[in-house]
Amino acid sequence: MFFKLTPTTGQPLYLQLMQQVRHAVETGALQNGEQLPGIRTLAEELVVSPNTIAKAYSELEHEGILELRQGSGAFVCVKRRVLNLRDHMPSVQRRIRDLVDRLRDDGLQDDEIRRAFEAELLNPVEVARNA
Amino acid sequence: MTAVIQTRHLSKSYGRVQAVHQLNLEIKRGCITAFLGRNGAGKSTTIKMLLGMIAPSAGEGTVLGLSIRDAEANREMRRRVAYVAENKPLYGYMTVGQTIRFASSFYPDWCADRAKDLVNRYELPIDRRVRLLSKGMRTKLALLLAFSRRPDLLILDEPSEGLDPVGIEELLESLAGQAAEGTTVFFSSHQIAEVERIADYVCVLERGRLMVDASLDHLRESYRRIELVFPSAPLEHDFCISGVERIREHGCAVSIFASGNADAVVERARDLHATSIEIAPVGLREIFLETVREG
Repeated sequence: MFFKLTPTTGQPLYLQLMQQVRHAVETGALQNGEQLPGIRTLAEELVVSPNTIAKAYSELEHEGILELRQGSGAFVCVKRRVLNLRDHMPSVQRRIRDLVDRLRDDGLQDDEIRRAFEAELLNPVEVARNA
Repeated sequence: MTAVIQTRHLSKSYGRVQAVHQLNLEIKRGCITAFLGRNGAGKSTTIKMLLGMIAPSAGEGTVLGLSIRDAEANREMRRRVAYVAENKPLYGYMTVGQTIRFASSFYPDWCADRAKDLVNRYELPIDRRVRLLSKGMRTKLALLLAFSRRPDLLILDEPSEGLDPVGIEELLESLAGQAAEGTTVFFSSHQIAEVERIADYVCVLERGRLMVDASLDHLRESYRRIELVFPSAPLEHDFCISGVERIREHGCAVSIFASGNADAVVERARDLHATSIEIAPVGLREIFLETVREG
């Protein structure tokens, strides 16, 4: 698995690593049960602080994408929820694309749409109820 | 997270020149912290005060919880801290091998296997006298002496000086490896691109004062450059918003350098009917230059 972190994009490196692992899992480049490099190995390989790797791994564990096993490292462990999500992702993306297209037709600019989305997402409880 | 290095109002003056002014540093355990600043900003003076090599004019500090002003505490501290000095002082008449054997006898935490590994990795000529080494080789030898130990804290003053790009890469890999073993790393550097990759935290010193003290994650998320165009030239005080560090105007175009609060700037620009709004992340180089060129 190859990861590439870009220090100048305005996004924390641990978030970049999380996205790349997530993406690798979604595309199947990383399979369920597969082991990821150890913190030290990956830190030396990417030449970043080990804390960057540790933070990304630990957040990914919270998301249910990785399992950290004491003394033996990090393993891809895609929970059912994530698998469901992966199956639904194409239709989710299609629906969002349709909505974005309609909003653009209404004359909204992309960052206005983004801000509207973000404002809506600030209320996670309601989102959960509706779902 | 506890602080490995802590200073309160630490100051040093030479006659009327204030080399370090009221420095409040807090270096976190288990992290890699980079210490940036122009030549003469007071970085080496600060490091030497921390190590007890020069006495502060005022203020207090602790390293690993040990007072930097106490001679007894200083001896204990130096056993647990590995330090690579700016000028890499080594004995010129010794060979590389003799230097390594000599240093190994002083440190209980010496790892002979690691020293051997590093000699090979750094391709050091074991029988050559130190005075015949190139600048880069000399730096590598000094680094080897520090990296062959298992210190609680590693302090490096300009460790990449004299190294070629391959040497710098090896140095950074070693720093990552040391940090992975739990060693706290505090290093001064001019290599901003490298610092940006490896450091968890960055402190910027300018004329003896601490100008930036933040995590790189925070800098990445908060600092933005916002380029705006208006139908007519706006007033500068329109952008007196907290987080706005610098405003440059050129007719109807305004460029804002912000350390945070970019959303509020954009909001204000909309209220003022900006015809174009562009937000871009800001790299460490730009943050550094904007900071040290201030005033």
